[in-house]
Amino acid sequence: MSTDFTQDHFALFNLPRRFAIDTAQLDSAWRTAAAEVHPDRYVSGQDAEKRVALMRATRVNEAYQTLKSPVARARYLLQLAGVDTAEETNTSMPAAFLMAQMEWREAIADARAAANVDQLEALSQQLRGDVKGLEAELGSALDEQADHAAAALAVRKLRFLEKLDQEIGDAIEALLY
Amino acid sequence: MALLQIAEPGLSAAPHQHRLAVGIDLGTTNSLVATVKSGSATVLPDEHGRSLLPSVVRYAEQGDVVVGYAAQAEQSRDPNNTIVSVKRFMGRGLADIQDVGRSPYRFVDAPGMVQLLTRAGAKSTVEVSADILRTLRSRAEDSLGGELVGAVITVPAYFDDAQRQATKDAARLAGLNVLRLLNEPTAAAIAYGLDNGAEGTYVVYDLGGGTFDVSVLALSRGVFEVLSTSGDSSLGGDDFDHRIYCWILEQADLHGLNAHDTRLLLTRAREAKEALTEHADTRITALLSDGLTVDLLLTQAIFHDISKTLIDKTLLPVRKALRDAKIGAADVKGVVMVGGATRMPHVQKAVGQYFGQTPLTNLDPDKVVALGAAIQANVLAGNKGEDEWLLLDVIPLSLGIETMGGLTEKIIPRNSTIPVARAQEFTTFKDGQTAMSVHILQGERELVSDCRSLAKFVLRGIPPMVAGAARIRVTYQVDADGLLSVTAREQTSGVEASIEVKPSYGLSDDDISRMLTDSLAHVQDDIAARKLREAIVDAEGLIAATTAALAADGDLLAADERSQLDDAIAGLHSAIATQTTREVNAATQRLSQATEEFAARRMDRNIQQALKGKHIGNL
Repeated sequence: MSTDFTQDHFALFNLPRRFAIDTAQLDSAWRTAAAEVHPDRYVSGQDAEKRVALMRATRVNEAYQTLKSPVARARYLLQLAGVDTAEETNTSMPAAFLMAQMEWREAIADARAAANVDQLEALSQQLRGDVKGLEAELGSALDEQADHAAAALAVRKLRFLEKLDQEIGDAIEALLY
Repeated sequence: MALLQIAEPGLSAAPHQHRLAVGIDLGTTNSLVATVKSGSATVLPDEHGRSLLPSVVRYAEQGDVVVGYAAQAEQSRDPNNTIVSVKRFMGRGLADIQDVGRSPYRFVDAPGMVQLLTRAGAKSTVEVSADILRTLRSRAEDSLGGELVGAVITVPAYFDDAQRQATKDAARLAGLNVLRLLNEPTAAAIAYGLDNGAEGTYVVYDLGGGTFDVSVLALSRGVFEVLSTSGDSSLGGDDFDHRIYCWILEQADLHGLNAHDTRLLLTRAREAKEALTEHADTRITALLSDGLTVDLLLTQAIFHDISKTLIDKTLLPVRKALRDAKIGAADVKGVVMVGGATRMPHVQKAVGQYFGQTPLTNLDPDKVVALGAAIQANVLAGNKGEDEWLLLDVIPLSLGIETMGGLTEKIIPRNSTIPVARAQEFTTFKDGQTAMSVHILQGERELVSDCRSLAKFVLRGIPPMVAGAARIRVTYQVDADGLLSVTAREQTSGVEASIEVKPSYGLSDDDISRMLTDSLAHVQDDIAARKLREAIVDAEGLIAATTAALAADGDLLAADERSQLDDAIAGLHSAIATQTTREVNAATQRLSQATEEFAARRMDRNIQQALKGKHIGNL
């Protein structure tokens, strides 16, 4: 019996289709699948096999990258449910969240102006705490309440935090290099 | 883990024949070739028992090409025609080369990549590198007593697409079948990890003659997973020599040296650096062409002082790599030192201080990369070892595209596991726009001008529409060698354009076959006969492999699919009977395409069986 390669990323790795996943099981399934289709296995194989191996290995890596990142995983689950997270178009965010964003930006700008790498690292740590909190919200919105609107909002918020983390990273790099 | 066996072309005739494959470390200063003999990796020496081949090529008076120690011995006497450290210029244009005056060469800014003017004419860096690779190839073939099936060639992990492509072209030009381009630190990790049964997170600090790489790897149960990589593709032991050279100029108050004296003093500088690995001080003496004598005493303390900033420069990519891998220095279980320049005691000390542990130096830093490449080549050539292991590598630099306003939009971020593909949609910005230019870039910076330009191509024939209506999907695909190909497709009309990124710096396939033909001493008939022989060997291999696959997994095909495949096999048999190269190749192509869907289903079945096996194993 053949496997339909149009199956979703969860089915590919034999994982339940939900937000809370066993990351160790994901890692192990990825490595197992990658070992089967990696182009290294087909270097002296036929051309058709080489082409297919490249496509399959690419697909397996894409599935892994999507499921490994909580925000990408949530976006993907919503997409499977037919929900657009509208990250580029929906810019209406709760006022309190926007206020917090401004405070973050100021803190990053201050640390950057003071050339304080330790302070930037500390902000990055603190941001990770906020990210964890939003990921917990995502888990309950997706797996327990099936509240797609709340999940989409959490994805949009996480997107903001990703940008903040990138800004912190850029600031650290600009100071170090 | 249990892997389904798939027969390989040419293997069925003599299943137990060991296939000759080598690993080649094409270094800035020295190059090596290694192979796996009776289960263990070993470097192949030259006829004098020397393992290293200095990466020096001299184009001599009578049209001879001299490579290695003999060329190195003449470098001061004949600096313009003796090319050292050519790797520094691989895949680079003249504008990329910092401080052109520092080299004794006469550069020619050819369209694409830089060339060096010698008495044998203008030589591209690809051609010079091919001369080095050709020497290693004949060393291997003489020593192993047969033609090579293929080679794994190592490249600095931080090499960009242009530099990788140039390296691959050089290998092809030298008549080598490239099994894989392998990142140098990853090769070192293979040699080290398999030797030591290492598990956990390791850092490979690879300071070569002209390049610096750092990779963070997670080693577990036979999987080598690169988490991140960083580096500086123009920083290495050469720079330490140059610091000493500058110190000599300053101390001896020398100005405007000719090429001969420059080369002489650079050589003395390198010797002084090596002497300081063992001794507290060393004397530098040289007789210049105008009769002036240089006589100086260089101490370790002065050397450390003048080269400290170079070491600091290596610690920045280290920090970057740790950040990208999301770990701290304390999470690192071991630091493996690779590259001749890591012999310098003050380099080892600085790295040890940064990680709070003594770096691992138990493998010869000059040989470890070639040994790892040989182990990988052995597996890729189909000589399966006892252990199954898997290599998961990454791309070192983000790949992007130029968007409006001279900005770079990243399509594939750095440190993505390869192979990887990513697609992004773009649209037209003018009414009735029928063409779109795709500019492919590599690098981390926002401005196009700060990134490396890899290639440009134009998608034409877009049906005229209002601005913003066309949907152009641009797909980036990076293969297991880390090489990029790009496709652009207008979704509504299906108009497509694609490019295998042979950057502005590469050679076209036509260039390579012309150069190969030029260099072949064969008469035309020989080539034709050889081509037919190769076509038939490939065809028979494909038939054997397909037949074996049908016997194993024929149930995956419906009856009509099966008969299509059988027809294609029969067609190939008749094509072979015609003894016509073109017909054989065409029929091979047809069968190969016909088997693609079948190969896909078999691979999917393998994945599922492997995952099931895993779950049973976990119970």
